[in-house]
Amino acid sequence: MEIIVNGDPLEVSEGITNIEELIQELRLEKKSLIVEHNQTILKKEKHKDTAISEGDRLEIVHFVGGG
Amino acid sequence: MLQVGNYTFQSRLFLGTGKYPNYDMQKQAVDVSETEVLTFSVRRMNIFDPDQPNFLEKIDLKKYRFLPNTAGAKNAEEAVRIAKLADGSGLCDMVKVEVIGCDKTLLPDPVETLKATEILLAEGFTVLPYTSDDVVLARKLEELGAHAIMPGASPIGSGQGIINPLNLQFIIEQASVPVIVDAGIGSPKDAAYAMELGADGVLLNTAVSGANDPVKMAEAMKLAVEAGRLGFEAGRIAKKEYAVASSPKEGISVGE
Repeated sequence: MEIIVNGDPLEVSEGITNIEELIQELRLEKKSLIVEHNQTILKKEKHKDTAISEGDRLEIVHFVGGG
Repeated sequence: MLQVGNYTFQSRLFLGTGKYPNYDMQKQAVDVSETEVLTFSVRRMNIFDPDQPNFLEKIDLKKYRFLPNTAGAKNAEEAVRIAKLADGSGLCDMVKVEVIGCDKTLLPDPVETLKATEILLAEGFTVLPYTSDDVVLARKLEELGAHAIMPGASPIGSGQGIINPLNLQFIIEQASVPVIVDAGIGSPKDAAYAMELGADGVLLNTAVSGANDPVKMAEAMKLAVEAGRLGFEAGRIAKKEYAVASSPKEGISVGE
């Protein structure tokens, strides 16, 4: 299945059905990050309940240095 | 004590987190500054590099309030989106509204700043808009309900210090919410001056992160903010045109 993450296409392996699994697949589960799924910003506790489907658009952002 | 919305702070120095030579030095600078408020930006993550370090991992998250900025936004809609993304972290509900209206000067767009402030206030955020030193605009932001006003001293990162102290003074006098002088501070002198004018706090980044010795400069800024505040509270003497002797004129035993 192909989804769009941060503007680029990403091929997601079979068996990845929700956001939490995707984050684990990317080995980012220990990171402080924020996920927007089809323009809905998700609290972390929603990652598990949010299913991923073909063509979904995700933004995965984090805090970086700034003034 | 500084109060912004529901938050109170002992320190009146807010510190940015951009452009430090390395995280160790940054951590030391943050420690030495004794700041309680750190600003951040929100950016896309490189999802293919799980080992990339992040400054948040270096610090005790419970020690600080986070003030994410909306830098990168060109209009109110983008600023609101960035603020909501930041809020999604669950780490903060404060936001520094920063809508840049000019790429060359990085001066804020007043119309979009007002719009974004209004929307985010309605959404329940604690909103600290970065604004120019326009006195009427500052008043309008306060009328909307902004929790603090953050006028720039001079363009972001320019280090030019306080270009228009009179406007800052007017903004400070009229405001009943905290005024945090943000952007353009170059040296401890500028920070002390802002505080002597009666500012409630100072937000700076490059002045520390770009200094030859950021850790020493962080300490200097802490002391400057404290000195300026104490001076303001003490009340400076009026300026006079001519000299007024400090020593008594009576009882001089020479020159008769």
